[in-house]
Amino acid sequence: MSAIASLPLDELLIQHSCVRDFIDSLGLEIQESAEPLGIWLDRLPDEDILDAGMERPQILAHAERLIQEVARMEDGSGAGVASLTLIGGRDKNGTPEQARISVRAGEVLCIVGPTGSGKSRLLADIECLAQGDTPTGRRILIDGAVPDEERRTVLDRKLVAQLSQNMNFVVDLGVRDFIGLHAQCRMVAEPEIMVERVIACANDLTGEKFGPETSVTQLSGGQTRALMIADAALLSASPVVLIDEIENAGVDRRRALELLIGGEKIVFISTHDPLLALRGDRRIVIRNGGIAGILETSPEERENLERIERVDATLMEIRERLRRGLRIESPVRWPQ
Amino acid sequence: MQLITVAGSPSVGKTSVILRVAELLGRQGLAVGVVKLDSLSTSDDQLYAQKGLPVAVGLAGSICPDHYFVSNIEDCLAWGQRQGLDLLFSESAGLCNRCSPHIQGVMAVCVVDALAGVHTPKKIGPMLRLADLAVITKGDIVSQVEREVFAYQVRLANPGARAFFCNGITGQGASDLAAAIARAAPTHSLEGQRLRFPMPAAVCPYCVGETAIGETHQRGNVKKMRFADQTEVTP
Repeated sequence: MSAIASLPLDELLIQHSCVRDFIDSLGLEIQESAEPLGIWLDRLPDEDILDAGMERPQILAHAERLIQEVARMEDGSGAGVASLTLIGGRDKNGTPEQARISVRAGEVLCIVGPTGSGKSRLLADIECLAQGDTPTGRRILIDGAVPDEERRTVLDRKLVAQLSQNMNFVVDLGVRDFIGLHAQCRMVAEPEIMVERVIACANDLTGEKFGPETSVTQLSGGQTRALMIADAALLSASPVVLIDEIENAGVDRRRALELLIGGEKIVFISTHDPLLALRGDRRIVIRNGGIAGILETSPEERENLERIERVDATLMEIRERLRRGLRIESPVRWPQ
Repeated sequence: MQLITVAGSPSVGKTSVILRVAELLGRQGLAVGVVKLDSLSTSDDQLYAQKGLPVAVGLAGSICPDHYFVSNIEDCLAWGQRQGLDLLFSESAGLCNRCSPHIQGVMAVCVVDALAGVHTPKKIGPMLRLADLAVITKGDIVSQVEREVFAYQVRLANPGARAFFCNGITGQGASDLAAAIARAAPTHSLEGQRLRFPMPAAVCPYCVGETAIGETHQRGNVKKMRFADQTEVTP
């Protein structure tokens, strides 16, 4: 008989709330008492056990594994990643890519190229930590080495988080409860404070503010993006974040990047937006499914970025006037 | 021959996942075949045939698909052996969340769908809890937060299983899954083997065609609901 069977219920349920949740999910009613778990199970009618869908020894073994698993999740807060290395494969014609790119934590790499050129494919290769097993033959190293299989497949502490364009919310929850659900499964010490921080950060990134009671399904595109970026920066376990276009979504792109960099993330963004592309440290140029080049952002480009930002601010002002129902009649003065 | 039982609710993507994995295993030189067990009708056998995979179909009709599965799985194994297969997938649809088609000593896979919502893993019974591998599909169309929460819930629902994200459309994640499946122990015979858990029970007049409603027709294995506003009634 396993050790857990002799644990009294009151001790067990107070110390391990996961066991209570598990027994609840079996449809069994359990109450704290001095009775050991094994005896309690033995006293249950066989019919209840049949309804629950697990035999008594299976229930005991499951509870034991569950306690171990939760302990492992609590202490394995996800070792950080210092660098990610991308080793080139081949493009659509089979021509080898001459590329080996190392990215450090806190660095932003942009991926640029025409529509359909293979930007999303590159993101997908990084997402699955490809080892020559995808159509491009690319390989990804973590801290200079091939990640072991366990690391590649541990699901809820995945190395890579992906914020894609075509995502949906399936649950119908308010923002606070939704992020709270995530905080709970990340086993954050003070979930309420963390949730408030994520919501405040998201509101900081978007022009249209939302409250904690707003249902996630009612958020606009920009608000959704802002919430997902704030969550990825503050709450996600993944040290690598992939973003598929943030332009046109009403998100403060500069602050979004600062937030992710501050979280010591390795960030890849697929983008056509000069404000983002020039803000990154380097950009990967994709052509015909392959990496055609890597450009480091030059001092001249950084200077231009400041000009482009001023132009963008002027445009934003015009948008804001439109929103408020005003006319755009005074001559537009572009900053120099 | 290796036997792999694959189960999951309707439309979660079992067929797509098997197709992706079978393609990878086939490339490694394994002869892979599929037995498709369904309720009323299926056209998935054509999808398998198109990929050149030997396929046999069983339709449970009015019988519980799980019961149909267990009374036919030995014959399916024999079919696979006659076809000279190295690896046989049995694909069966779990309809009631209480389904339990897994056999002791035979690698069991449960496919769950991230679109079903983060509370679903808790609601699925032995089909998920007693599986060796849990495969999560459609992860690409839900938010990153829901993906993480869903994976966490799957881990709580079956802390012993290895879990995988697998995209049935693009095949992303299929290679890790294929590697895990290829390590399954061989099954030479099922004679005397046991299910991991009893299947959902169903022996009452309605199982065999009764249509009339009323207390007098409720005989055999009948279970009544309990309502909070009524005091306990002794039968």
